Amino acid sequence: MVQPLDYLKETPSQTAGPYVHIGCTPNFSGIEGVFDTDLGASMKTGPVKGQEITVRGTVFDGTGTPLRDAMIEIWQADADGLFPSANETRGTADPNFTGWGRSAGDMATGEFVFDTVKPGRVPFHDGRLQAPHATFWIVARGINIGLHTRMYFADEEAANAEDPILTRIEHQNRVPTLLAKSEGADVYRFDIHLQGPHETIFFDI
Amino acid sequence: MTPKPPGGFIARDWSQHPPALTPPYKTSVKRSPSNALLSFPTSMGEETSPIFGHAMLGDLDNDLIHNFAAPGESAIGPRIIVYGRVTDETGRGVPGALVEFWQANAGGRYRHKKEGYIAPLDPNFGGCGRLITDENGGYEFRTVQPGPYPWPNGMNDWRPAHIHFSVIGHAFAQRLITQMYFEGDPLISRCPIVATIGSQEAIGRLVAPLDMARTIPMDARAYKFDIVLRGRRQSVFENRPEGM
Repeated sequence: MVQPLDYLKETPSQTAGPYVHIGCTPNFSGIEGVFDTDLGASMKTGPVKGQEITVRGTVFDGTGTPLRDAMIEIWQADADGLFPSANETRGTADPNFTGWGRSAGDMATGEFVFDTVKPGRVPFHDGRLQAPHATFWIVARGINIGLHTRMYFADEEAANAEDPILTRIEHQNRVPTLLAKSEGADVYRFDIHLQGPHETIFFDI
Repeated sequence: MTPKPPGGFIARDWSQHPPALTPPYKTSVKRSPSNALLSFPTSMGEETSPIFGHAMLGDLDNDLIHNFAAPGESAIGPRIIVYGRVTDETGRGVPGALVEFWQANAGGRYRHKKEGYIAPLDPNFGGCGRLITDENGGYEFRTVQPGPYPWPNGMNDWRPAHIHFSVIGHAFAQRLITQMYFEGDPLISRCPIVATIGSQEAIGRLVAPLDMARTIPMDARAYKFDIVLRGRRQSVFENRPEGM
């Protein structure tokens, strides 16, 4: 016999199902009057520091069909690389920026939109600076456990070239799946492919 | 900054979760990544999460019996209380967590445009609620017990009665969506979505027991549902305050 290690086991994931919007974006789904607003609908509560950008994208299944029942969340640092979180110990983040957005996608097309700021650089655990990026989390009917990934920016070549994550990816030909592409002034496109030849790199973090 | 040991969070135990591809749950076939996930140590982006204050909550946010009902009315169905504690893998409570939940009504019907089940809507039931855990990670809400319902997968598949949960704890690495089932439901063992989890022991941790001690006589039965989120690695070499 040995002493037990008294760790608990993480609660198993189950799919968010087809009606995730009832719980997470009820006003979007037509259930009005319960909550004033849908959480995460806006990432700004006032004038924000840094470059304001719009990120658009679509989540595609393995046949190339857009998902119209997904929920996409984004979590990122502010323009100075600080998180508006109780766990942020390096400084105080922009008080007018929440860092967190949630989108149900367009009812007809599935396209998600986040009005946010371009994030600053955040150190990796060893102190090396990471390239500007935002964490994405995708759930939907048919997705058994929420998918983590990151959006980097194609126009940050120098920072991307020294990013601790991007540079450790074995299949460098898949790195572009993590890069948002500029679509004009302050607008980026970041499409997510669940499966197929353009499958996005998803993370075990 | 002081370098800290890699991997602020304990690595996820994937054996506790369903794999991405589970063909008996047909929708997973074209929505499952086929490449291996990329593993790397967490850093600030995974070790932080947004802040939600109690101030944003309305009085009825955790009462699905009344939060969509007309004044003086209430939702139809078996009245229940769902309560429990959100902890991490080390057993510590997770205070200040945002817990959101949604469900079908007592007849098994969701209030949703794309829902076509013939069971009727309840005009006094919306089906969504939310709360923020207390200083010990505890929570409680009131609702009606949802009904089981048929769904298009196999020719005769029925979902066991369930409540969906979304939890945002102290770190994005802990982000979780799951479903709670009810003790004794014979549909649990017949459900292709439940069966995506390979372990009967793990499935059991999604099944809430009836708690007669917490049941309020002549009012509502109680079901207990504890939720465990991922835990931070503890180290005496890492003198870092734990945020909430």
